[in-house]
Amino acid sequence: MQKEFLFAGFGGQGVMFAGQLLAHAAMSAGLEVTWIPSYGPEMRGGTAHCFVVISDSPIGSPISKHPQAAVVFNNPSFARYEPIVAAGGVLAYNSTLITQSSQRTDILLLPVPATQIADEVGDLRLANVVMLGAVLTAFPALPLDIIKRALEEHLPERRRHLLPLNLQALEAGAAHAQRFVQPA
Amino acid sequence: MARELMKGNIAIAEAAVRAGLQAYFGYPITPQTELLEYLSQRMVELGRIFLQAESEIAAINMVYGAASTGVRVMTSSSSPGISLMQEGFSYLAGAQLPCVVVDVMRGGPGLGNILPSQGDYFQVTRSAGHGDFHPIVLAPASVQEAIDFTVLAFDLAEQYRHLVMVVADGQIGQMMEPAELPSMREVQTVGPDWALTGARGRPKRLISSIYMLGEEGEAFNRQVQARLQLIKSREQRCFEYQTEDAELLVIGYGTAGRIAYTAVEAARAAGLKVGLLRPQTLWPFPEERISTLSDSIRACLVVEMNAGQMIDDVRLAIGGQVPVDFYGRMGGVVPMPDDILAAIEETYARMTVRVRA
Amino acid sequence: MVATLIPPIEMDVIYERPTALSPVHTHYCPGCTHGIAHRLLAECLDELGLREQTVLIAPVGCSVFIYNYFEVDSCVAPHGRAPAVATGVKRVLPDRIVVTYQGDGDLVSIGAGEVLHAAARGERITTVFINNAVYGMTGGQMAPTTLPGQKTTSSPAGRDIRMTGNPIRMSEVIAQLGGAVYVVRRSLHDVANIRKAKKAILTALKVQMAGLGFSLVELLSTCPTNWGMSPPEAMEWVERHMVPVFPLGDFKVTDAVKDL
Repeated sequence: MQKEFLFAGFGGQGVMFAGQLLAHAAMSAGLEVTWIPSYGPEMRGGTAHCFVVISDSPIGSPISKHPQAAVVFNNPSFARYEPIVAAGGVLAYNSTLITQSSQRTDILLLPVPATQIADEVGDLRLANVVMLGAVLTAFPALPLDIIKRALEEHLPERRRHLLPLNLQALEAGAAHAQRFVQPA
Repeated sequence: MARELMKGNIAIAEAAVRAGLQAYFGYPITPQTELLEYLSQRMVELGRIFLQAESEIAAINMVYGAASTGVRVMTSSSSPGISLMQEGFSYLAGAQLPCVVVDVMRGGPGLGNILPSQGDYFQVTRSAGHGDFHPIVLAPASVQEAIDFTVLAFDLAEQYRHLVMVVADGQIGQMMEPAELPSMREVQTVGPDWALTGARGRPKRLISSIYMLGEEGEAFNRQVQARLQLIKSREQRCFEYQTEDAELLVIGYGTAGRIAYTAVEAARAAGLKVGLLRPQTLWPFPEERISTLSDSIRACLVVEMNAGQMIDDVRLAIGGQVPVDFYGRMGGVVPMPDDILAAIEETYARMTVRVRA
Repeated sequence: MVATLIPPIEMDVIYERPTALSPVHTHYCPGCTHGIAHRLLAECLDELGLREQTVLIAPVGCSVFIYNYFEVDSCVAPHGRAPAVATGVKRVLPDRIVVTYQGDGDLVSIGAGEVLHAAARGERITTVFINNAVYGMTGGQMAPTTLPGQKTTSSPAGRDIRMTGNPIRMSEVIAQLGGAVYVVRRSLHDVANIRKAKKAILTALKVQMAGLGFSLVELLSTCPTNWGMSPPEAMEWVERHMVPVFPLGDFKVTDAVKDL
């Protein structure tokens, strides 16, 4: 089964890192995975995005027309990607920053006040990790424990001291999303 | 060694380092620039040679100079830069110098864009420079193949004293995938017996591609052609999936080939007898396998990220035995699996109608 | 006639072929100064004991066959690219002596970019630059060094500077670059100047041996065939017409070079 994620936002919001973290975790779980960024003009200011595809068999396209999970961090990304989320999929968005709303009824809309939650955890920059915790709760492609291990292994050296806060942010995002997930 | 999550461009660079790359010369161009950036640090750390040239023309000529000394040398670029390097490719071929060139293809013609493309098929297999020669062209479809083919490229270059190109596209260059790197090889310390090192205690040596007399020129060309023939007989490579009982053979390389894999998987799930052949060498083209398969298939569909370039080679290999259809996207558009699946279904339907008729 | 056997006479050797020069005839036209330039370079390589550690980069132009005339390892570069090829060789073999030998079409026109950047980077190579104000090998077309009004096969009415610009004084341009440490112009039109030219080539090679940076010796040269002159007329033409446009002199000699 192939699971396709899109992460999109402004450069600096940790969009690429969130995707890479997920990709590292998928690899540790022994799965096939691809991560591909938007590159070129887009990466020079403006909105950036990356796709992560996870599968238990070889992956053809690392890009997806209709990702099952879109994680968006700003208004332009919301406008651009809200229409393409696969039916039955999840649209997780940072509702601290995103003022738009969606009329779609065939997807799970997951507003996450990620910047606010990150601030409460202790560092605004952790909004990306909050979002990752939230989306994986609504679309459980990988258990959170594997993400935690990936954080321990791949947090850049200069951010290492922020590991406990990162773990907290992940948990906080997951806890927030729990409310939106239908009990099984 | 364990799998690591690596970006294609970085993986190629590190694979080259581990294959014993001794000198790199390059010029920035998207979407291969990370390769150059990575080597600017890595090569210097290892006390090896890295130099950012003033142009692709200068870069390939620095490669030519370094290759003359018998060391493992490489450059990398993307389509417009590869066009500029053609002068050097021809001289390298004419002087029979081994070297590795990485082309991370982008959309063209002209400035085009920096998105993934396979528009260089003609350029790398056919018109890599003036005169009669083809580089050996390896076409990876994954980060792992990008690594493996980079290492292979150095070995083939030395074995045949020939130019070897690793031809990826922006998607493979930019994508991260788990892959395994080879262990670090020793850098060679003794050069080949034709290398320029200064004529100390031995007759002078010459690296040149000049043959003033027609007869000399022809004799040299015969020698080159004999070597190309040898390469052609030994080095055709391809990956196959579900070809044994396939009635429709899909042929695509690199990114188009891996996306076609998903489409073929889906077609099989739908009960269609479809197989995939993904050329791993674009020159020599895997014509033997395709020719063999053309006895058992009823139709062929070529998938490329261009207007149809490899299709010429497919048609030559198939020799008119079955119809050859084409699905291509151009200018930096990458086909999606369902696009290719639709093309497969269309060709399959036509094939079935023909069979009934 | 019957040959008489003359007993050998003991003589001092006062002149012989430099070991760096191959015992062959060159293909150059009568009166062409390539022969002089070759000999000067060969003498300098001999005097400095460099023959066995030199890699010579041949250009495209009349001197493309220079590898036939020198007993050193050689590589023939594409037109204008000799400094880039030399860079590749020198970076791999920093303890060898790498010399490019280039004409004015090669160096000032198609290869202007390569030589400027090699000089700017301070590549430890030596360039011998033969300036004869025309494309020789292709039959005397206008070069970027062709004098105003000079008739060539591609400027039959004489070089019109309003249409084709003025001659480029490349040595003066290169001298501006940080990595260039020794840049001089000499002439081969008479004995006194030839002696000065040799001294300059010797210095340029010493600059490279000391690893000081990029060195270039421009040599004003003749092309009697394409100029349509006799060899003596050509020598005189260099003095009367070329030297005023391309003044002889030192354009860059750094203190480190002076200390050599």
